[in-house]
Amino acid sequence: MIAFAVIALLILASASLAMCLRNLVHSVLLLVANWAGIAVFYLWAGAEFVAFAQLLVYVGAVSMLSLFAVLLTRRSFHDLDIIPESVSRATWALLTAGAVAGVLIGTILGSPFGNVTEAAPAVSMRQLGEELAGTHVAGLLVVGIILTVALLGGVVIASKDKEDKS
Amino acid sequence: MNPLQLCLILSSLLFAVGLAAALARTHAILVLLGVELMLNAANLNFIAFWRYGPPASPADGIMFVVFSIAVAAAEAAVGLALIIAVYRHQKNIRLQEANRLKG
Amino acid sequence: MSATNDAFLETFPVTLRDAATNWLPAPWNWLAQGLIAVVAVLAIFGSLFAILTLVERKALGRVQNRPGPNRTGLPYTARLPWLKFTEGKIFGLGQPMADGIKMLTKEDIVPREADQVLHFIAPVAMLAMSLMTFAVIPFGRNLVPVELDASVLYFFAAGAATELAVFMAGWGSRNKFALLAAMRALAQLISYELPLILSFVPVVMIAGSLSTVGIVAAQSSWHWGFIPHWYVLTPWGFAGFLIFMVSALAESNRSPFDLPEAESELIAGHLTEYSGFKYALFFMAEYLGMTALSGMAVTLFLGGWNAPLPFLQFIPSYVWFAVKLLTLLMGFIWIRATLPRLRMDQLMHLSWKFLVPLCLVNLANTTVWHLTASLPLAVRWLLCAVIIVAPFTLIGRSLTKGVAPRTYRYAE
Repeated sequence: MIAFAVIALLILASASLAMCLRNLVHSVLLLVANWAGIAVFYLWAGAEFVAFAQLLVYVGAVSMLSLFAVLLTRRSFHDLDIIPESVSRATWALLTAGAVAGVLIGTILGSPFGNVTEAAPAVSMRQLGEELAGTHVAGLLVVGIILTVALLGGVVIASKDKEDKS
Repeated sequence: MNPLQLCLILSSLLFAVGLAAALARTHAILVLLGVELMLNAANLNFIAFWRYGPPASPADGIMFVVFSIAVAAAEAAVGLALIIAVYRHQKNIRLQEANRLKG
Repeated sequence: MSATNDAFLETFPVTLRDAATNWLPAPWNWLAQGLIAVVAVLAIFGSLFAILTLVERKALGRVQNRPGPNRTGLPYTARLPWLKFTEGKIFGLGQPMADGIKMLTKEDIVPREADQVLHFIAPVAMLAMSLMTFAVIPFGRNLVPVELDASVLYFFAAGAATELAVFMAGWGSRNKFALLAAMRALAQLISYELPLILSFVPVVMIAGSLSTVGIVAAQSSWHWGFIPHWYVLTPWGFAGFLIFMVSALAESNRSPFDLPEAESELIAGHLTEYSGFKYALFFMAEYLGMTALSGMAVTLFLGGWNAPLPFLQFIPSYVWFAVKLLTLLMGFIWIRATLPRLRMDQLMHLSWKFLVPLCLVNLANTTVWHLTASLPLAVRWLLCAVIIVAPFTLIGRSLTKGVAPRTYRYAE
């Protein structure tokens, strides 16, 4: 339970801090800490494979994408500090998010979950591989196609148009 | 309170943080990252139910998350490419000003 | 094999560890064993780093026809009778110590405009991540610090985090050269991460395991009693090994891929604003990363701690691992001494137009190898060799069209 408390604190603190900071680079780096914290949560829950996949994809790849995007959409070092949002917008956003969280937590606390299984489900790497290439092979193929299309689409969208040489 | 409920509360709080960010900030990258946070909260739920929920096939929860992570990566790639394209057209990425369809 | 399994030298490290921890109660025992593994890795690879810097300077000196460091001795060694002839210089063996003291006592300068937090975290994160990768490498029979089911995945997940450290260093310094170099380094690291990971996928496919221990165990027998089952001796394994080593060179920012630190263009790359001990940490992380990647190459392709011939098994497994590791590291040094640096566009082309397509062909090749298991070994070997060599020649020819072969004109 202490481990869970530490992980939860890491996840929530890094996420909320990231969303409050002015400096974009700091925000992104804190979000990376948040993703790493989620990977630690997966490890804590016993899902080794997902934890490492999370680290590889989010900490290794998505973080780099975001940082590159941050650096490509600014003009100088001082351009990074974001103009503060209007107070009414922030208030409404916080109220909405709070209401959603309230409803969710109320439902969770109110619903009967019965007894939880104590032992973590044991699943070996080999079993996972066989499931992935057997039962879920259609999903695997679709994901492969989606990733390829997304990669090509990303390159096409982000590359410069031929005519505007500005 | 049992551990499953604790995990679900953690993920709903994370979801709320992501939602607040996506609604409050006007900087496109932060909005995208807020959406990314909400996706992560959903993944947390999958793993929580896989770990504590009623026994099902032992690999199902993991499969869900693996596919979800792959799709999230694709989403981030396309989203950030769009942001760069928008920046090239209007020289800033405030979402309120990105309201023209023609570049 | 069973005779060698419990030879005294073979089990010595584990026996020593158990003797040191057995008097503790059970839960502490586990913790103490983990701590001993951590301390052992730190001590062995820390001193290997120190020796490696000296060996590298000596070897570079040899190649460039100069003696290299040969003056720095250690105090009192001149009094030892059998070292008298060295006059206290002992071939420059004191150089790593002198370097260490110099680094420790230098002033630590942080630029006023720098992002203090990131500037501080970057070297620490870099070193921590490169040390974490050592946790899953099997150094010998039963000598793996942590046995994980998905340890290969762990290795590369921990390695991916070094990119963040490079970014933090470049960004935190508030220096245009540092930022430019960090961007170069990131582009390079991301581009070569792809062939690095794709090159070992065939190994995982054939071994049917993501655990380093399982992969080494799958390579531990011999064809006809004398040809080891190492993956480097199959066509796809050889191609994978070469691609892995080239990508490992690029991942560890070594020459000929040392563009991020190209000292003649970018001062010292993302390390420009670092001095004193922080610089030493980066330096250490670079060498440790290189060592870890070589260790992984040994594990994945060169049979890990297995002896090359059955009758050589009386030599302990960790000695074999060390021999293979040092051979690869000497290869790294040799390459650094002989090859000139690539240009940025050549670097990108090499990865995206050459290595990645070859990796994909190699994957298909592995499938062919797996499906033709009924054919005689020689036929299978030739078939797979053709499948990988043909695209290698074709892609290589088309990429170097109009460039190669180079003609040299010498001045009169």
